[in-house]
Amino acid sequence: MARTRFIQAINDAIREEMERDEKVFVFGEDVEASIFGDTAGLAERFGKRRVRNTPISENTLTGMTVGAAACGYRPVLHIMFANFLFTGMDGVANQLAKARLMSGGQIELPATIIASYGGGRANAAQHSDTPYSAFMNLGGVHLVVPSNPADAKGLLKSAIRSNDPVLFFEPGGRGGEMGDVPDEEYLTPIGKAAVVRQGGDLTLISMGSTMRMTIQAADQLAEQGLECEVVDVRTLAPLDEETICAAAERTGRVVIVDESRERASAASHIAAVVAEKSFGHMKAPIRRVTARNAGLPLAPASEQYLLPNVDKIVAAAVEISENGRLPA
Amino acid sequence: MSKNLSPDVSECLELLKTMYVIRYAEEQLGDDFAAGKLPGGVHLSIGQEAVSAGICAHLTDRDKVSSTHRGHGHFLAKGGEPKHLIAEIYGKEEGCCRGMGGSLHVADYSKGIIGANGIVGAGIPVATGAALANHLDDDGSMTVVFFGDGASNQGVLQESMNFAALWKLPLLYVCENNQFGQFSPTATVTAGVISDRAKAFDIPVEVVDGNDVRAVWQTMAGAADHIRSGKGPVFIEAHTYRIRNHFEREHLVIKTPYRTEEEVEKMRRERDPIEMLQEWLKDENLADEATCQAIDKDAKTLVDEAVAFGDAGTPPPLDVGEKYQFVGTSS
Repeated sequence: MARTRFIQAINDAIREEMERDEKVFVFGEDVEASIFGDTAGLAERFGKRRVRNTPISENTLTGMTVGAAACGYRPVLHIMFANFLFTGMDGVANQLAKARLMSGGQIELPATIIASYGGGRANAAQHSDTPYSAFMNLGGVHLVVPSNPADAKGLLKSAIRSNDPVLFFEPGGRGGEMGDVPDEEYLTPIGKAAVVRQGGDLTLISMGSTMRMTIQAADQLAEQGLECEVVDVRTLAPLDEETICAAAERTGRVVIVDESRERASAASHIAAVVAEKSFGHMKAPIRRVTARNAGLPLAPASEQYLLPNVDKIVAAAVEISENGRLPA
Repeated sequence: MSKNLSPDVSECLELLKTMYVIRYAEEQLGDDFAAGKLPGGVHLSIGQEAVSAGICAHLTDRDKVSSTHRGHGHFLAKGGEPKHLIAEIYGKEEGCCRGMGGSLHVADYSKGIIGANGIVGAGIPVATGAALANHLDDDGSMTVVFFGDGASNQGVLQESMNFAALWKLPLLYVCENNQFGQFSPTATVTAGVISDRAKAFDIPVEVVDGNDVRAVWQTMAGAADHIRSGKGPVFIEAHTYRIRNHFEREHLVIKTPYRTEEEVEKMRRERDPIEMLQEWLKDENLADEATCQAIDKDAKTLVDEAVAFGDAGTPPPLDVGEKYQFVGTSS
């Protein structure tokens, strides 16, 4: 194990996969300058043929992944802020998510798109969205949302090796966070959630950027006598319903924490799955803690007001706990 | 860039056959639609066959073609099998895309046909990615992107031309200017000369009579040479004319005509690319009536066989949508 920063784990994953397979190439706006650091140094290591700075042309960039992937390459597109995926939506929604189906399975589409998402840093509305739930509805792309450096590296390596398209959502502004990363080669499987904490009173389910506050909420609740089981979803599509429902059933009390907006959020879908499959085990209504239904404003306090936080998670958990309040 | 090279007699007869196959296949599909036989709609390229035939005559299976909603001609000219086209449009499992795509999405990747596109202009970014793959392969292969005058107003064309010129991608832009974007005459929705837009990116431009298959063939000979030698993209604007409606159901939804029947009839009579080639071959004493008739008959037979193949096909199983969505494997 080595203590590694989040952004370095992503960088290591790309580097290792480029070394492993010469068909992998990276392209995107300013991947050489790399404002986040996740593609820093790759051009020096692999050259400009395989690390390609591009014009600011998102709609063409997303569409290019389809042509390059269908013609034998493994493109890794860095789209920078996840909001820019909306600019490039045709390439993702009408092309990448559908080209294999429309061809009757003639082709493989081993494309990866890396996007940094999430608010809380006063980047204002167009650089702060958590848009993964919109992509959950496309059907034809896998979605991974790591919450820590080890999973970020393992999931990105799996994404690049996958013969299907994968969107990799990295929590924005968390690049400096440290975590233990195995020294040896490993892959984190796409489609597998992880139970990261045991506890018999409540089940907290989260992913990506809201995982840290969920763990902090579990710590606070434990101090006050409520033990939480905590699930890190890790992959939103395909969703590991088995692990999620088993964890939900063990306590019968479920809070789902998600940074996307409440309406049709990832939490909404997970809540529906738990309600359909585990209803008989539920002892209380399923609760969602999400962003409120508005764009994120610049003014920091106004922005924070809309986002999930530890207090909101603790309050929701207490509300559905056995006594509706903390143990005496 | 122009090569002083014309198609020889045998090449001309091949072009004639390609155009006849496209014509018969599309006439069949028009009749099938009118008879209520097709599960979906079709957009026919009758009158525009010379562009597909003249361009694709210079391509091999390694080269890629990205196509449009009006893409049957591109598919057939690039080597797609008529029977796989017809069966696909009939929604049969024996179709090129196993009945999953239909007319709007005909593709045969084994022949370098990387898909027709139902979104106007969306084939352009896909082709740019394919051309980047050609560029990385560095083996002299190239990509052709067909699009219409309508698609030239999509921003992705400008984006793509910037990429291709900047990176010297082996990409040929073929704008089939058939005078109408859906139900609007091109001039009413398009400023300036379309091919002039490529000049802003220093991309070499050729404007050609898209109904003269020998002219298209000759223009393409020079363009392909330029592109394969690593000099970067070329833009061809081929002027042609859409004889049929935008789509076959048009008469049911468009009540105000946007062109006259006389205009269409005049183009059909005077500018039919098949007739133009046959007349030239006969005038020059390069082929007689019997030779042309034999090619016509061969093409008709091929399409008739394709229809029989499509009729005999089977509907795909109900649950294939999810099956074809993902491969489910890793490298």
